[in-house]
Amino acid sequence: MKKLVFAALILLLTACGNAGEPSAATAAKAPEGKLYIYNWGDYIDPELITRFTDETGIKVTYDEFDTNESMYAKLKPGNSNYDLIIPSDYMLEKMQSEGMLLPIDMDNVPNAEYIDRRVEDKYFGTGVTNYSDYAVPYMWGTLGILYNTTMVDETVDSWDILWDEKYADEIYMYDSQRDSLTPALVKLGYSINTTNLDELNAAKDLLIAQKPLVQAYLGDQVKDKMIGGEAALALVFSGDAVFCAAENPDLAFAVPKEGSNVWLDAMAIPVGSLNKENAEKFINFMCDPEVAAQNSEYIGFTTTNAEALKYIPDELKNTTGYIPPDDVFETCEFYRDLKDFLKEYDRAWTELLAR
Amino acid sequence: MKIKLSYSSANRAAAYPYLLYMLVFTIVPVLLVIYYSLTNDEGAFTTANFSRVFEGVYLSVMWRSVKLAAGSTLMCFLIGYPLAYVIASLDTKSKTWLNRDTILFLIIVPMWMNFLLRTYAWLTILEKNGIINSFLDMLHITKLNLLYNNGAVVLGMVYNFVPFMILPVYTVLNKMDNSLIEAAQDLGAGKLHVFFKVIFPMSIPGVISGVNMVFMPAVTTFVVSDLLGGKQFILVGNLIEQQFLTVYDWHFGSAISVILMIVILFTIGIVGAADKDSDGGQLI
Repeated sequence: MKKLVFAALILLLTACGNAGEPSAATAAKAPEGKLYIYNWGDYIDPELITRFTDETGIKVTYDEFDTNESMYAKLKPGNSNYDLIIPSDYMLEKMQSEGMLLPIDMDNVPNAEYIDRRVEDKYFGTGVTNYSDYAVPYMWGTLGILYNTTMVDETVDSWDILWDEKYADEIYMYDSQRDSLTPALVKLGYSINTTNLDELNAAKDLLIAQKPLVQAYLGDQVKDKMIGGEAALALVFSGDAVFCAAENPDLAFAVPKEGSNVWLDAMAIPVGSLNKENAEKFINFMCDPEVAAQNSEYIGFTTTNAEALKYIPDELKNTTGYIPPDDVFETCEFYRDLKDFLKEYDRAWTELLAR
Repeated sequence: MKIKLSYSSANRAAAYPYLLYMLVFTIVPVLLVIYYSLTNDEGAFTTANFSRVFEGVYLSVMWRSVKLAAGSTLMCFLIGYPLAYVIASLDTKSKTWLNRDTILFLIIVPMWMNFLLRTYAWLTILEKNGIINSFLDMLHITKLNLLYNNGAVVLGMVYNFVPFMILPVYTVLNKMDNSLIEAAQDLGAGKLHVFFKVIFPMSIPGVISGVNMVFMPAVTTFVVSDLLGGKQFILVGNLIEQQFLTVYDWHFGSAISVILMIVILFTIGIVGAADKDSDGGQLI
């Protein structure tokens, strides 16, 4: 019975493969000039993809995901054939520990020398893994509150404002379990990586209490909504805040003093890649200081490329949120892979939304 | 039930491609869903997934979904039936612009556009600074909260699914034998009497396909509730989507799917039974 189920499953998975990706059978003889990229939504200057294709002749197929979790869910069955993914720190840690990543041949990525390893060092400060063999940092930033100064008069410096009844129906939370749980955990004084069930449940209860004040739990849409003045406050990543503030000058960003999440997204090559060398070429291309600067300027997120910062205009560099000040950086915590305890986070999140 | 058909074996062979298709794309997936719903991560048998579905929180989501879907279906019926009736009674050879073809065309045109796009468009209409509220603001009327609530979700469902009610009802009404109506009139029945005693009972099969075609997508949708409900009002479709795409608990997701399938089967059963009472033998 089990064998039959497996055979059926394999048959199904091959049959259900997205048209954009090659199925296992056809991809085996894929011509050289191809590259399949899977990245966050709105997370690259599309002009750079065109330029890469012009320079190398490699045809890029580009797909987007909206949370680390959905990316993982798509790659886990092992038949997706992406060549390059750009997930966040804790997800890379999880994928690497599960053997889902291929080591990158750093000889093919000479431009990686420009990468500032400061953020990465904070994450792997205890010398846990040989992370740098598997991933090349892309962008980094924090999680904070984007607010509309025409609707919020007070100083925004605490997560408490997201529970202030004055702003009922004027708050957007992020449709992502760990990011939305962060304000609640920090507010309660717990670690954002807690594996204590009572602490997690307390945070869940806090979010349930907040739910009547929340207008919606949104993904990338939150940017359009905040730019359009649809709400006063939103939980967003720093780079999105920079992007929104450029579109609507009424918007400002703050990382609450209690602390928050600092994150690092990096480029990695998943197991199953059939165009590994092309992926390495692309990583090298993205690490070129001028390219990295152009990309960072376009999407608003902070480049990890030290050399690229020289090409970034001062106006952007001085925007709040673009480069987290050292004291903010110190109060912030990275997400860690929670292993089996992640299930409890899933459960807490499902129960919150189902309510 | 024994069906005697005099088709030759060659004719029967013509059905094999579809039978194979059904085996691979319907029966096997359903069995897999059932298999997943009854196992845990280690592949061992468990009923824990099902008992979790019956925890209060998830039942309330299920109940909300059925309620909203039933409400949407009723709205679709109230809007769709009269329209279908009017279209069917229009003269086919009318030379004016307001004829059958134009109206049917206008009902179908929106369906040429992508479902997602159509739903997205409602965001712009319902937003706080959207079209309706900007207009109200111009008239100095207090703005309304139109988005991210049950009303918005029902509106999205009715807007997207109402053609599925109109078209089957129209088809039945259109094919109706006029002599029966004339006979009723000859026997002295008034307009209302004719409608409730003759026309409506004969149109029940169309209403039933309409109800099924609206209720099923409405109870399983996750796009409409995602975009217009803002995750504030999640439905069972969202709950399942979430289990597969973000939480990756395929087992729990499958268990909810199985329960949902049972709910739908049950609904079809009720609707089908209602049909037999009133007009046996129409559902072939």
